[in-house]
Amino acid sequence: MLIFAGDGDDNDAKVMERVGAWWGKYSQSGAIVGGERLQSSSRATTVRFDGGAPSIVDGPFAETKETIGGYAIVDVPDLDAALEMAKTWPASPAVEIRPIWVD
Amino acid sequence: MRRYGNFELAEDSTQEACVEALRSWPSQGIPTRPGAWLRTVAERRALDRLRRDQRFAAKVRGMPFPRADSGDDRLSLMFACCHPSLSRDAQVALTLRTVAGLTTAQIARAFLSSEASIAQRITRAKRKIVDAAIPFRMPAPADLEDRVGDVLSVLYLMFNEGYLASGWEMSQDRSLAEDATWLAGLVAQVLPAQAEVLGLLALFKLQLARTGSRFAADGSIVMLVDQDRSRWDHGAIREATNLLQRAAELDRPGPYQLQAAIASCHATAPTWTDTDWQLLVRLYDRLLQLQPSPVVRLNRAVALWHVAGAEAALAETDALLPELPRYHLLHSTRGELLRDLGREEEAQEAWASALALTLNPAERRHIHARSAAEAR
Repeated sequence: MLIFAGDGDDNDAKVMERVGAWWGKYSQSGAIVGGERLQSSSRATTVRFDGGAPSIVDGPFAETKETIGGYAIVDVPDLDAALEMAKTWPASPAVEIRPIWVD
Repeated sequence: MRRYGNFELAEDSTQEACVEALRSWPSQGIPTRPGAWLRTVAERRALDRLRRDQRFAAKVRGMPFPRADSGDDRLSLMFACCHPSLSRDAQVALTLRTVAGLTTAQIARAFLSSEASIAQRITRAKRKIVDAAIPFRMPAPADLEDRVGDVLSVLYLMFNEGYLASGWEMSQDRSLAEDATWLAGLVAQVLPAQAEVLGLLALFKLQLARTGSRFAADGSIVMLVDQDRSRWDHGAIREATNLLQRAAELDRPGPYQLQAAIASCHATAPTWTDTDWQLLVRLYDRLLQLQPSPVVRLNRAVALWHVAGAEAALAETDALLPELPRYHLLHSTRGELLRDLGREEEAQEAWASALALTLNPAERRHIHARSAAEAR
């Protein structure tokens, strides 16, 4: 899975166009099998289980500067192929590559 | 998943191959799959045996490895072990374990770490290789230079650890330096058009060529000025100089080539007084452009001493104190410079600082000897 850092409210038309082209290219090649763009983390609500019972709080759970702006589920042969995709991602400041759990 | 099988199989067979290949080498054939792999290990074991041989150097030169038929496989493995998605520590440990065939105990000794923590580091790295699907193959041409850079960094670290171990038990672990040189030779064989690969190999060969005269019979360090230059391996020095020439023809200068040029300048000087210090200062200047580091500046200051005098060199070293307060070689260099200027009391203070900052027994003896020596 590729996890894109970024604020979901960024709507720069040029960037969006390049993202669209990137997404189209890798969907067509079969590398992207799913994924979504997320709305801004200001619209996030988190359920925490710190004290055992669930409590509901405003905001995302990750207390970092970077928030998750979207994700793509990809099916590629190896890490280098995923890195190749991530290196050409046209939008956000960072892309995390994380293997999906397979039993 | 396919990779899982491959890697685990290869890894498991290392141990067996060590034992098996040692017993059957070289009369018995080696299992076909993973063939190149077992050959690597088998060759490493053979090297170990040769190391114990008195005529080690002559024999190694005559040996036909690294072998071209398995070079690509080993290099692919090295690229996987040095993948940028692994930490540098993990890259080094993994390369030593899987490519050079060292045991975790040997790696732990070389890096003054516990066997358990090295084993854990390797296990974690292998898990990541498997789970994150780090591939075993040559990187794409566009990435090759960067990825080769990672491999070279690992080898450089390995060599330096071996050349002058930072701990107090081994003054010098030659075998680790030789392992790094062997691996660099392998990389150079598969990638002969990468200038920095040739530069690094030349650097290693130049350093090893002078190893025999770096330590006296009692284990104390012999300074370059006092070394018996006839004991240097002049054949290896010529070989390294040729490599460096080939690298220069590729017209892609880099830090390893410059470091090798500096080593070559020392190695080809007939005597200490004939050393081309002007050239050395120029080479250090170029190196500083590519790699601005206080340690390089310290080395430049030593060359400057012979070109512009102790006063100028001392000004340079004083400027480095805030950056390298705990670097023993800065303090011992200041000791030499202060003595040259007749400031004996300050020289003694500098040596005392140096002594407090190193555990290496040979270096400690050397610093003791220098501070006790009569002022010239």
